[in-house]
Amino acid sequence: MPVVLETRSLDKHFGGIVAANQVSLQIQKGARHALIGPNGAGKTTVVNLLTGVLKPTAGQILLDGRDITRLQPHERVRLGIARTFQINQLFGDLTPIETLGLAISERLGLGTDWWRIVGSKSAVTEEIVELIERFRLGDVMSTRTAILPYGKQRLLEIALAIACKPRVLLLDEPAAGVPEDERHEILATVAALPEDVTVLLIEHDMDIIFSFADRISVLVNGALFVEGEPDAVARDPRVKAVYLGEAFDA
Amino acid sequence: MTILFDGIAYGMLLFVLACGLSVTLGLMNFINLAHGAFAMAGGYITVVLVNRLGVPFLLGLPLAFLFGAALGAVLERTLYVHVYAKSHLDQVLFTIGLVFMAVAGVDYVMGSSQQFINIPTMLQGQFDVFGVRIGRYRLMIIVICGLLTVALQFILASTRFGSRLRAAVDDQRVARGLGINVGAVFGLTFAFGSGLAALGGALGAEILGLDPNFPLKYLIYFLIVVTVGGTSSITGPFVASILLGIGDVMGKYYVPTLSAFVIYSIMIVMLLWRPQGLFARASAR
Amino acid sequence: MSDISRPLAAQVTEFLLRRARWSPIEIAFWLVAASTIWLFPARHLILTEICIWALFALSLDLILGYAGIISLGHAAFFGLGAYAAGLIGKYDIIGEPALALVASGLAAAGLGFATSFLVLRGSDLTRLMVTFGISLLLRELANKYSEISGGADGLQGVEIKPLLGAFRFDLYGHTGYAYSLVVLFVLFLLARRVVQSPFGLSLQAIRGNPLRSSAVGIATNWRLVAIYTLSAGYAGVAGALLAQTQAFASLEMFSVERSADVLLILIIGGTGYLYGGIIGALIFRFLQDYLSTLTARYWQFWIGLILIAIVLVGRDRIAGWTTPLRKLADALGRWRPGWRSAAGGKP
Repeated sequence: MPVVLETRSLDKHFGGIVAANQVSLQIQKGARHALIGPNGAGKTTVVNLLTGVLKPTAGQILLDGRDITRLQPHERVRLGIARTFQINQLFGDLTPIETLGLAISERLGLGTDWWRIVGSKSAVTEEIVELIERFRLGDVMSTRTAILPYGKQRLLEIALAIACKPRVLLLDEPAAGVPEDERHEILATVAALPEDVTVLLIEHDMDIIFSFADRISVLVNGALFVEGEPDAVARDPRVKAVYLGEAFDA
Repeated sequence: MTILFDGIAYGMLLFVLACGLSVTLGLMNFINLAHGAFAMAGGYITVVLVNRLGVPFLLGLPLAFLFGAALGAVLERTLYVHVYAKSHLDQVLFTIGLVFMAVAGVDYVMGSSQQFINIPTMLQGQFDVFGVRIGRYRLMIIVICGLLTVALQFILASTRFGSRLRAAVDDQRVARGLGINVGAVFGLTFAFGSGLAALGGALGAEILGLDPNFPLKYLIYFLIVVTVGGTSSITGPFVASILLGIGDVMGKYYVPTLSAFVIYSIMIVMLLWRPQGLFARASAR
Repeated sequence: MSDISRPLAAQVTEFLLRRARWSPIEIAFWLVAASTIWLFPARHLILTEICIWALFALSLDLILGYAGIISLGHAAFFGLGAYAAGLIGKYDIIGEPALALVASGLAAAGLGFATSFLVLRGSDLTRLMVTFGISLLLRELANKYSEISGGADGLQGVEIKPLLGAFRFDLYGHTGYAYSLVVLFVLFLLARRVVQSPFGLSLQAIRGNPLRSSAVGIATNWRLVAIYTLSAGYAGVAGALLAQTQAFASLEMFSVERSADVLLILIIGGTGYLYGGIIGALIFRFLQDYLSTLTARYWQFWIGLILIAIVLVGRDRIAGWTTPLRKLADALGRWRPGWRSAAGGKP
């Protein structure tokens, strides 16, 4: 399979702190690629670098072979990269209908229309409905996001990324903070993602990883540590050592 | 050279006036647009003490400081403390409201004309040093403000309180976690900063002009010192004040009609080039 | 679309369109406003003032209430518009006042566009200072070039031709008021369309969560430039109205006091629902009148006190007091205010 998203020797330094160290990652089209590692390993930093929220100190990022290192976050979204945030980043005062409508309009190039009322384009409304049904947000669709239960907010968080119809989806701990009984909805949603969408998943929950991922990269102290098929990574003693905190001579 | 001297005096005065604001901003991320009101209060109390009650000028100065500190302490505990957690917009609105009240209040009590403090004759006039004309009053300002700066630096760098303050400015949450009473630190610092502002107002009445519009007239200068100098040290605002003082005096002398224009333009350019200020540390908030 | 979706689609469409509908209270408000042209001829001068403040506050609402930009220098655009209209009138550059108004608004919008890039960067404090600094700059410029601007005395000798060639600007302010009210209404309609458009929605998103906005593909900077430019244009038109109705322009129009007053007016009326500026202007002007009778020169003191009280009580809580009225408006026809910010204090 061709490589759709790639980083080459990606570095990120904050003063003296090395958050990302020569990260060279290759994600294949259609992959279900998981990025795991202990807390503070730099996983979210990698996502922030990939999406343009952070500028790398060195290195390159390529999407379909094209260098996107200098592109702004919104430009990368236009090229097909979307992400969710580990802690919900939603629009508190807007309702799910408006939130999803916003993303869909932007994608369709209708976001700058200043002369017509929101809701007047049926194409957008249809897509909103489709997403509301898919993510079962129907009963809360006209409620202010700020007062929604956390599980619903999390679903909206993912729905919002999907609304951008990305080719590459970066999920940052999608099930984080979600109560036990609501997790299955999130997981089912993640599992039901279209085949042609490439997914990079950051997760701690090993069950999710092993049921979902076809490839795992392990990040430790900002550097890629081990990479391979799930079974191989699971059996690797070095990975166990890192997670259990045993002393390890790199 | 006299201009340079005057500029330095002006700059040091600005520093004393503005450093309280710098610490407030750095410590509590609080935009206190009413800072100038404390300076004005110091100026006016000195007018009352020296002109009307016959208190010697040099005694009036520390009294002004105490007055400002007391005023700051009272307002901080009763009013400001409720606004710390609010948005920046609320802080702006609140402090503008205070300024309105202060300006109108002072206008009512003391009238709207400019006030002059009776300076002792010893401080009037100038003398020559190697052909450079040194104003006595401005020399006194440099001496007093210089001593204050040294004292401030000492307090900040070498005392327990200073280290607590620096810790709290650096990271409030961690400081609290270490057991530092951030609220008390802030209360004391706010009071001290207000006292300094009041002292600056008293010193500055002669040079800057004292009338009810003082807080708004000089607000931009204080803000310039704070944003250009940054909030993480004493040296930043100090250097910024000196530069601003020299720049302003030179500007008024060489390009009188455009001097303010030049100052504001430089400020805008500076803010664009370095939004965190010239001297802020890389990891500043 | 499936059978389940069709009613859902109808619901979604209804929800969105309902946001934009004119509630009966709104319609009533504008009818009453229009009627004041005939019902209160003696009050036209003060009503004109209110219109101008309302338009100025509306312009600030566009950036503060909808985009979250705190400005302490919006008077820069007001003053520029005023001087532009004054100079156009004085030197007869454009004879028709309405066209001169448009030209002045464009001039202010131009300045807004040029300075919008300065406002994109930095923290709240930096923005505050940059906006403040720009208004001070303009004031200095006007002061310096006093041959053109009249300096501290203000712009003298301004003559405004009759509106539309027929309506003379009389001493009682009848023409002036009708003119100002119509301009306010037209610009209000435009603003209403803009904030209810997808563009307007994206502004609210940017205000609420700029990080997420760019993560859904919104080029936040350009949107902010656009609304800032529009806002500056509106402020310029307000200034031009003042210059034209009073045949005068002065340095005070650039002042920080004016910037602070318009901020106060908007806060009193409430941000983020477009009517805040109008309501605030009404309250402010009547307060000013009332307080002036009490304490002559020192009414600013009470204004300051009210401002402090508003902040201490909490703008959210005060918004809550108008809930019954709001619920009534909602029940009658769903105008959805967007200014009930979540606790945690976004403007």
